[in-house]
Amino acid sequence: MDIIIVGCGKVGHTLVEQLSNEDHNIVVIDEKPEKVQNITDRLDAMGIVGNGINHKTLLEAGIATADLLIAVTGDDEKNLLCCVIAKKTGHCHTIARVRNPIYNGESAFLKKEFGLAMIINPELTAANEISRVFQFPSAIRVDSFAKGHVELLHFKVSDNSPLIHLKLLNLHQTFHSNVLVCTVIRGNDVIIPNGDFEFHAGDTVAIASERHNALDFFRKIGIVKNRVGNAILAGGGKVAFYLAKILIKSGIRVTIIEVDPARCDTLSELLPEATIICGDATDQDLLSEEGLEQAQGFAALTGLDEENILLSLYANDVSNAKTVTKINRSSFNSVINELNLGSIIYPRVITADYILKYVRSMSNSMNSNVETLYKLAGGKAEALEFIIKDNSAVAGIPLQDLHFRKNTLICCIYRNGRVILPGGQDMMLAGDSVLVVLSGYRISDIKEILED
Amino acid sequence: MNYSMVLYILGQILKFESAFLMLPALVGLLYREREGVPFLLVAVLCLLFGLFLTRKRPASSTLYTREGFVTVALSWIIMSIFGAIPFVLSGDIPSYVDALFETISGFTTTGASILTDVEALSHASLFWRSFTHWIGGMGVFVFIMAILPLMGGSTMNLMKAESPGPSVSKLVPHVKDTAKILYGIYIAITLCEVLLLCAFGMPLFDSLTTSFGTTGTGGFGIKNDSIAGYSPALQIIVTVFMILSGVNYTFYFCLLSRRIKDAFRIEEVRWYFCIILVSAGVIAYNTSSLYPTTSETVRHAFFQVGSIITTTGYATTDFNLWPPMSQTILVILMFIGACAGSTGGGMKVSRLVILFKTIRKELSLIIHPREIRKIRMDGHVVEHATLRSTNVFLVIYFVILLISTLLVSVDEFDFTTNFTAVASMLNNIGPGLNLVGPTQNFSIFSVFSKFVLMFDMLAGRLELFPLMILLMPSTWRKK
Repeated sequence: MDIIIVGCGKVGHTLVEQLSNEDHNIVVIDEKPEKVQNITDRLDAMGIVGNGINHKTLLEAGIATADLLIAVTGDDEKNLLCCVIAKKTGHCHTIARVRNPIYNGESAFLKKEFGLAMIINPELTAANEISRVFQFPSAIRVDSFAKGHVELLHFKVSDNSPLIHLKLLNLHQTFHSNVLVCTVIRGNDVIIPNGDFEFHAGDTVAIASERHNALDFFRKIGIVKNRVGNAILAGGGKVAFYLAKILIKSGIRVTIIEVDPARCDTLSELLPEATIICGDATDQDLLSEEGLEQAQGFAALTGLDEENILLSLYANDVSNAKTVTKINRSSFNSVINELNLGSIIYPRVITADYILKYVRSMSNSMNSNVETLYKLAGGKAEALEFIIKDNSAVAGIPLQDLHFRKNTLICCIYRNGRVILPGGQDMMLAGDSVLVVLSGYRISDIKEILED
Repeated sequence: MNYSMVLYILGQILKFESAFLMLPALVGLLYREREGVPFLLVAVLCLLFGLFLTRKRPASSTLYTREGFVTVALSWIIMSIFGAIPFVLSGDIPSYVDALFETISGFTTTGASILTDVEALSHASLFWRSFTHWIGGMGVFVFIMAILPLMGGSTMNLMKAESPGPSVSKLVPHVKDTAKILYGIYIAITLCEVLLLCAFGMPLFDSLTTSFGTTGTGGFGIKNDSIAGYSPALQIIVTVFMILSGVNYTFYFCLLSRRIKDAFRIEEVRWYFCIILVSAGVIAYNTSSLYPTTSETVRHAFFQVGSIITTTGYATTDFNLWPPMSQTILVILMFIGACAGSTGGGMKVSRLVILFKTIRKELSLIIHPREIRKIRMDGHVVEHATLRSTNVFLVIYFVILLISTLLVSVDEFDFTTNFTAVASMLNNIGPGLNLVGPTQNFSIFSVFSKFVLMFDMLAGRLELFPLMILLMPSTWRKK
């Protein structure tokens, strides 16, 4: 597909990285020559220096024949305008990043009036993700599928876990829990485990299950953390705002620590239920004063990655709180993963996953679309959700009779409000939501998981 | 420096060279010549080395700008080293230094020969000589990128190092597709010329080798008198294709994608045609007394101008006998060279246009000291980095030119010979003036001078920087 990306910031860069890997023709537009240069030097994309709302620049980028335009400049209004101009010039689908809270309840309106295919708000998406982790603190990451009915729960095997040296095929009879192990991340590798697989300390395991079964399982393996009742958010940016809103709605007491008095004023106006503290979140005394030691949830959301990492390490040290760290950049991942940070949220990657899902669905022939997509272990594996269509090649055949490609696992089938952890006898039926994890290849249609 | 990746790519290059060497071996077989056998042997040798170097993909396949430049420079040297062996083994060129000179002259599309009697060569050797032009013209990396799914984004660093011009841009988003389009156009132009030449009565072998030399802007002929022995019609066809090969390939891409207006708006191409018309006109007027008819004068003028500005180096007449003014024009054209993004050499028209615009800007700055003025090409502002590297290019260019002239002068030939020989090497043309004129050859030079000239040819083809990087100690230093 021909894709134009306007804006070469962090999200733009991640998008080019992933989309050019998937063989799309990418043209990037940015006003800063050095940013364009940086992308075209390292990635297989063409660059144009110019302003994305300039009609001529868009024409030069090939808007007339492009399939998709993604506007991810730092400026919401520019993104919207760019999409409108693109829409009027060519026949492409458009995606805009809009993140100012004043547009918050209006995305449906904007989408319709401006003919946008999608509005992305990385901060809101990140906030949603963090709130899920707070709802289910035993997991370090929660990926939700089938409109929240099915979840992929990630947890780390600790040094004294009863899972260590346990074989996967003995898991069920040891714990009598109805969970399915989908992927294991060990070091830099992703494993889709079979029965002989043995757990090690330090593995990051993802399981598919229903909530209550998962809770039961976590209790049995000794990871018990109760639902968060109060939370301290360090930093009062957009993510903190969206997160506070969500948390307050679900009855969690929120304290936001923000250093800028003017921003504190605004937050206080927008979030009357939250406690807004004007002060430096890296001040130990201040954190103690606000009760970090007793906090059940802590999110480090300042603008500086380094500060966030230190804050989370400190919070893990002095309290029992569930900690979440926001990290903006993607450098030094391997070091960051070694640290005891709890959950890590990359808003950039979440956004890119979101757009990738849309692109995969678009490049597909309407037969069965990617409903949800999450990349695992830095893109080495993927978890995807599909809705099975009537005439799908995989429908109505018991799983044991289907010839799947290597490193493929059907984790979960969601049918009429029921979650099925499939065995060989089960089959996928039209209308089911199916959760698949796979590594080593990419798909945009469910039938591609079959051997040719 | 990622040595393992550099070696891996050198291995790939050798595998491709092995494939290229099969062609002259095939020609040898067709003409039942013994001389085809050495080509086959060297092909096998290249394949073995190539397989050895590429037996394992290196863990990190990232190429930074430095690795890109080093890889390209080394590849061209290695290709020439192996490509020269068959000439020696077959006995066509007994001395290895001479064979190396001939091969580098081929790959860099210079077309300067050390042979006194070209016609004595076997068909296989003649074919290989011309075929090296064709490969070197568009560039071996561009060819590899069109075929091999190499290593994603960082291949751009290879293309940047190999492709001529002040700034390299892609035609389409993917490097691979860009490379395919370039070779597609290249092959199409070559085929057209072969067909036309055949249609006008040139034998197939001659038209193949002549076309390779023309579209690669090389200049190796298979006759001692270059193109002069062929009929006027054939000379005109060669003229047209030489000039077409010196045009920026973006022009053809615009034509193909039906952006005809954009194509003719490319400043560089306009200047290129202007320069050709004006200089051919002046030369025709200046030499009109030498030839019996006006049409012959005009034909020779256009042929020589096209041959020199595109840095091909074919000749239909001995311009050593021309009046000084025409000769001076030819020497100036040597330096101007073809368009960026073509197969030709020289300083490139676009660099000159940028330089002239810089001069105008500086002059204007004296009149209005506070003026802010941006330099534009085709309506786009030229980046400061491009301007800087263009200026630096010019300086390095003249430094190399002067030092090489000094080094070559130890052979004690006259100044015109030395200067035009070096200029002709550095601009990848072929013939110079006086003792290295179109009817002479380079065998007169000493071994030392030949090595200097070989360096100049490679430096000229790769646009100076890659070879200069090789000479920088910090490139090789381990940190």
